Amino acid sequence: MASTDIPSTDMNAAGLRSDERLERLKLFGLSSPALILVMIILVLPVGWLFYVSFIGADGNFSLENYERMVARKSYMRIFRTTFLVSIMTTGLCILIGYPLAYFLSQLPKKWANIALITVLLPFWTSLLVRTYAWLVLLQKKGLVNEWAMSLGLWDEPIKMVHNMTGNLIGMVHIMLPFLILPLYGAMTAINRDFMKAASNLGASPRRAFWTVFFPLTTPGLFAGALMVFILCLGFFVTPAVLGGGKVIMVSMKIVSNIELFVNWGAASALGVVLLVSTMVILWIASRFLNFDQMTGGGRH
Amino acid sequence: MTNWFSSPATDTQIVHGQRIWLYIIAVITMVLLVVPTLIVIPMSFSDSQYLEFPPETWSTRWYQNYFGSDEWMRATITSLKAALLTMLVATPVGVLAAYGLHASKIAFVRVAFVMLITPMMVPVVLVAIGAFYAYVQLQILYTLMGLVLAHTVLALPLVVIVTGAALKGYDMSQEQAARSLGAPRWKAFLTVTLPQIKFAVITSALLSFLTSFDEVVVAMFVSGGDNPTLTRNMFNALRDQIDPTIASISTIMVLVTTGMMVLAQLFGQKK
Repeated sequence: MASTDIPSTDMNAAGLRSDERLERLKLFGLSSPALILVMIILVLPVGWLFYVSFIGADGNFSLENYERMVARKSYMRIFRTTFLVSIMTTGLCILIGYPLAYFLSQLPKKWANIALITVLLPFWTSLLVRTYAWLVLLQKKGLVNEWAMSLGLWDEPIKMVHNMTGNLIGMVHIMLPFLILPLYGAMTAINRDFMKAASNLGASPRRAFWTVFFPLTTPGLFAGALMVFILCLGFFVTPAVLGGGKVIMVSMKIVSNIELFVNWGAASALGVVLLVSTMVILWIASRFLNFDQMTGGGRH
Repeated sequence: MTNWFSSPATDTQIVHGQRIWLYIIAVITMVLLVVPTLIVIPMSFSDSQYLEFPPETWSTRWYQNYFGSDEWMRATITSLKAALLTMLVATPVGVLAAYGLHASKIAFVRVAFVMLITPMMVPVVLVAIGAFYAYVQLQILYTLMGLVLAHTVLALPLVVIVTGAALKGYDMSQEQAARSLGAPRWKAFLTVTLPQIKFAVITSALLSFLTSFDEVVVAMFVSGGDNPTLTRNMFNALRDQIDPTIASISTIMVLVTTGMMVLAQLFGQKK
């Protein structure tokens, strides 16, 4: 750039640079079919939903769809239920999933791979099938009630389905693999010498665990918990079946607004709130978390 | 056995006996994870409406119900067609995108990557009603093509992530070597790069298939008319009452999934 005495080389370099730019653009073009598809099927329609959410019943710009949400108690209850269910599911998944992930990470590789099948099999199985299984197991004449009564745990059949209990059992079961898999990944990546060192320096097993091992697993735990929470916020199938109308989540209200009332404005506004909450949570999380970890890209 | 209880379990010298509770909890959790998935299999052979376990009288009546019903059979074929087509569209489109993003290092790549994985982050209900609206405008509502396109969008993030991760672990200079020896880029990709990321591509394909085959919410909105999907019909049947026919369908679906899992283990993972 600075030299004026050898212009030919300079021109050559500029030519190469523009060739390279062109090449890179061409390569980028390979992703255009995927990008166009996502654009047409997802981005534009969701953008349209944003627009519709600001249109009132009379066809003019209005905030009535959002005002209704704040004014009506039923809507506030739906938001509260959604967040409550998501928080409880995430919490239960952590309580149940952490010990299992820890156990798996301590097994010899060969055994761990076999034990992991118990996490992967439900992970790969249709969530409708698993929801159905719980519906059958938890019903009044179901297996859980019968066994519990024959063991004398309770005398009368307990209603465990078509309510919050059944919904939580089903959701925790479905979400557990999403927590366990990233957590297990984080745990196996920890250098075992750290624990040896802690123990050599006199830490009790408990202390070594809480001051060395646990902090190192927090990125994986956080990634898994975030994934579970986000998926719970928009969850539809399991609460619709196992909740039996007692547990109404935002996504179910969106569906009923369209299917029953054909009210696009109300449905869109709910959708916008759901989407914005999801994005805000992801954005906040991204400030604490390397996103490559979540998408599995960071492990190479 | 007493030796095992007092032998150290980890590098911190904690002995097995001290954390027997961990083993118990872990085993219970594993049982609870697997049993509800598998228990529908014996139950589906029960003769009773209530699907008791273990079945008092065995029968295949729910399977006869399923295979004898035109409606269920049509739905199954629709689902299989959609899943197969989704796999055939999402895999090449996604692999191409992952490769393009990996090889082209322009500034826009980051944005494009985020856009390609948004279908995973946007609540699926929104994808469903958005696609429903778009399909009414495009007049492809209740068509197989519409369903496949929507399922492809849902499967793309998985393909891009799985293939992208494999490309990160692949040494691109091998492809450069092939090109400097005269191979055009497409040929270098097909003969040098693709064979080395084929495990990821196979995994992507299987994931795409399952994404479509198991999908409920989008199918609820954009499939219907003459060709509703299997999951759409199952979901509707679940909302009304517990139809034991679903147990037989579930069993078949679990077997299909397990088969896919075995395939993925056999072909989709590096040794």
